[in-house]
Amino acid sequence: MSETAAPEAHPVPYRGDLFLPRTRRLAGALALVALIAFWQAASSLGWLDPVMAPSPREVFAALLAMAKSGELAGHLAASLGRLLGGFAIGATAGVGFGLAVGLFSLVRSPGIAVVSALFPIPKIALLPLFILWFGIGEGSKLATIAFGSFFPTVVATYGAVDAVDRSLVRMGRSFGLSSWSIVRKIVLPGALPGILSGLRIASSISIVLLVAAEMIGANRGVGAMVLAAGNLMQSDRLLGGVVVLSVLGLFIAGLLGWIERRLTAWR
Amino acid sequence: MNLSASRISHNYGPLPVLADVSLTVASGEVVAVVGPSGCGKSTLLRILGGLERPDAGAVATEGEPPARSLNPITYVFQDFALLPWRTVAGNVALPLEEHSLPTAERDAIIRDALARTGLSDFAKAWPRQLSGGMKQRVGIARALAVRPAILLMDEPLSALDGQTRELLMDDLVALHAAGDLSTVYVTHNLDEAVRLADRILVLSRRPGRIRAEVRLETPRAERRPADPALAAQARELWDLIREDAAEADRELVA
Ligand SMILES: Nc1ncnc2c1ncn2[C@@H]1O[C@H](COP(=O)(O)OP(=O)(O)OP(=O)(O)O)[C@@H](O)[C@H]1O
Ligand SMILES: [Mg+2]
Repeated sequence: MSETAAPEAHPVPYRGDLFLPRTRRLAGALALVALIAFWQAASSLGWLDPVMAPSPREVFAALLAMAKSGELAGHLAASLGRLLGGFAIGATAGVGFGLAVGLFSLVRSPGIAVVSALFPIPKIALLPLFILWFGIGEGSKLATIAFGSFFPTVVATYGAVDAVDRSLVRMGRSFGLSSWSIVRKIVLPGALPGILSGLRIASSISIVLLVAAEMIGANRGVGAMVLAAGNLMQSDRLLGGVVVLSVLGLFIAGLLGWIERRLTAWR
Repeated sequence: MNLSASRISHNYGPLPVLADVSLTVASGEVVAVVGPSGCGKSTLLRILGGLERPDAGAVATEGEPPARSLNPITYVFQDFALLPWRTVAGNVALPLEEHSLPTAERDAIIRDALARTGLSDFAKAWPRQLSGGMKQRVGIARALAVRPAILLMDEPLSALDGQTRELLMDDLVALHAAGDLSTVYVTHNLDEAVRLADRILVLSRRPGRIRAEVRLETPRAERRPADPALAAQARELWDLIREDAAEADRELVA
């Protein structure tokens, strides 16, 4: 090395970008607003056929009219009743059965075999059968939704139970906790995050099944309303119904997210 | 209360892990178990506390546990085994909830256990907020809360850094200064063993059998971390297990 020229400094380049996108709620809301504004602009400029694709303003007006006449409330009440009823039955049974599969050898293999065989069936294909069994009324719709939300809940629940740290269970045993205490205080809380993400999937499946069931055999309900509007070429009412379904889905996802944050505050 | 294991043998499938291990822990005694990695120390400890059934042999206690003991044989785990969804106080409360204690008494037990482990200010903290040393203090507090007669500790300090380990070691020495708490202390750290134990059992490599037994005569309270006599003792132990450790290191893990 000569003493005259100081060695040239090369800054060490930064290479620590780990693809960790940040959450910006405002940006999310803005994206939705921009989408609706673009749609409205396209309609106002005459790019869209008002019968095939009504503008957001028309959709909103149709919704408002249905809301004022009480029609919307009627459909929504019918749909919500089916959705909550079916989902509550399916999710409760699913968590219970999933726990049993996760905890007991006696249930495990038979349970997994049955669940694996029935899970892939598109549940709407069973609606005609449920109509034969439970009649065209509420029973068949509740059964379809309950059945549809049962399977993803079972799979998520036993997967979550399997993933519970067995060293915690061993700790519970070593302190003489009863089996029931271990399930309640160790297994269930440990499995909760996994169960909740299963419930998310189950809830969106429930909405799909709700609408499909209402389109096949119902006079009331958002799905029935959408179908009827389509038959009458009332595309503004049709899209109004679709918006209601979107809001319903968002609301349920938000509710589950809120429950999740409350119950997993320890994380 | 004494704990004695007689002629314990255990296999995992075709793998013999323990061969004919017998040991007795007298009331108030601290027995350290050292041995190369994979020689079955954790398995032995699980068998001692009834968490695993040995293929052969039996474990028995002699004498009555102290009247107020809620869980005579109690573990302290290497990985702490704290419930992340319970606060420090909640974790200590967990084993107490199995017993119908008056609320006031339960609270007093929790307060006392936290005070003895220097955790009083952390009662409402979540485990994730605690350092490793603090987490193990919670593990120890939880064990003390049930007033054990026999403590089974599986490398309780191994997950901790050297300085924290030194601090907790002092606490463990203090814990055993008074009273009749018997302890089986599994470790692969020979310095810990010579610091804490009345007696050290040296296991051979897998299948573990007792190769040697070393009795330490210096009273626990008089031992100091950098004591040359202790260092010499640790070196002697190391000479005993060095070859086994080297062999065990080259073995394939089952
Ligand atoms: N549940 C199990 N099933 C099968 N093999 C096991 C099981 N638990 C432990 N083993 C094997 O038994 C042997 C002894 O394991 P153990 O954990 O008791 O050893 P150890 O002395 O505590 O080791 P370490 O120093 O690594 O903690 C190891 O080879 C391990 O791989
Ligand atoms: Mg071990």
